[in-house]
Amino acid sequence: MRALALTLALFAALTGVAFAAVPRADFADVEDEIMCDTCNVALYIAESPRADQLRGEIRDLIAQGMTKAQIKAQLKDEYGPNILAEPDSSGLGFLAYVLPVAFAAALLMLLAILLPRWRRRARVPTPADGVATATPPGSADDERRLDEELARYGA
Amino acid sequence: MKRLGPVAWIVIALSTGLLALLVYGVVNTGVDDSLDEAVKSGRRPVAPGSTVALRRLDGAGRMSLADLRGKVVVLNFWASWCDPCKGEAPLLQRAQKRLEREGGTVFGVTYKDRASASRDFAREFGYTFPSVRDDELELAPEFGTIRLPETFVLDRAGRVVAISRGEITDFRFLDHAIDEALKEPAA
Repeated sequence: MRALALTLALFAALTGVAFAAVPRADFADVEDEIMCDTCNVALYIAESPRADQLRGEIRDLIAQGMTKAQIKAQLKDEYGPNILAEPDSSGLGFLAYVLPVAFAAALLMLLAILLPRWRRRARVPTPADGVATATPPGSADDERRLDEELARYGA
Repeated sequence: MKRLGPVAWIVIALSTGLLALLVYGVVNTGVDDSLDEAVKSGRRPVAPGSTVALRRLDGAGRMSLADLRGKVVVLNFWASWCDPCKGEAPLLQRAQKRLEREGGTVFGVTYKDRASASRDFAREFGYTFPSVRDDELELAPEFGTIRLPETFVLDRAGRVVAISRGEITDFRFLDHAIDEALKEPAA
């Protein structure tokens, strides 16, 4: 009998811990991740009657003891996936994550291929390349005049 | 000039494709007004989305426009959070009273609205016509509906006779449109 009471007490304590471990949703935390589906902006910055209605619904669901995940699932079930600020990572929503990365990678690769070409083309040929330089060296007279000018300014 | 290799072409093609997708997404946000143009020019276009079956607000299964074929229908998109919807609510219920006598119905479609709030709204204004919930926008885009309220009067053959984009403030609009719709026999 004592063993049974101890077991029950232990069970109660453990389940108590388990219940305490499930965090109750925080309003601001949920609001951050929901869209105002008629204004097409995040709910936390939306100002419209529909936004107010959604906020009221979230508060009611929190009052019912739902977790953030449960609330998001409930809203998604009711209003569709577009109610979530972040798209699903499955199905077509996966593209929302993949496309920007693919786009950035494609651009980087394009730059990696084209930049060296552009740089090679833009490089000014030097006498070492065996090609005449674009500006011929100044004459002895020019160099003398330049030295005089520089000397006048104390350079 | 050195020719580009296959990798470069693949990268260029990928970049172009992604850019095209981006441009398409930005450009393709216009409102479809083909129904309005057709009605304005005196034609009666077939109402789209007739087979889209949506959850009834009263919870009694699903309902579509096709279920109302053979009746004159005043299709109204509304929501409890929409103030102009409150303004026209008595006119819609008045139209329903007339249509009940003459073989037709108002068909309400709630637009992204909390079901309990929609039900309270319908109760407050004494709606006796059926409403369905378009929370995932399966029907509204078919009619080019992006603002509320919007109303479409359909004849017995399911063709659009009149359109009101915005609050109906004068019952004569509904009365006249219903008259026109009733003239047309069912197809």
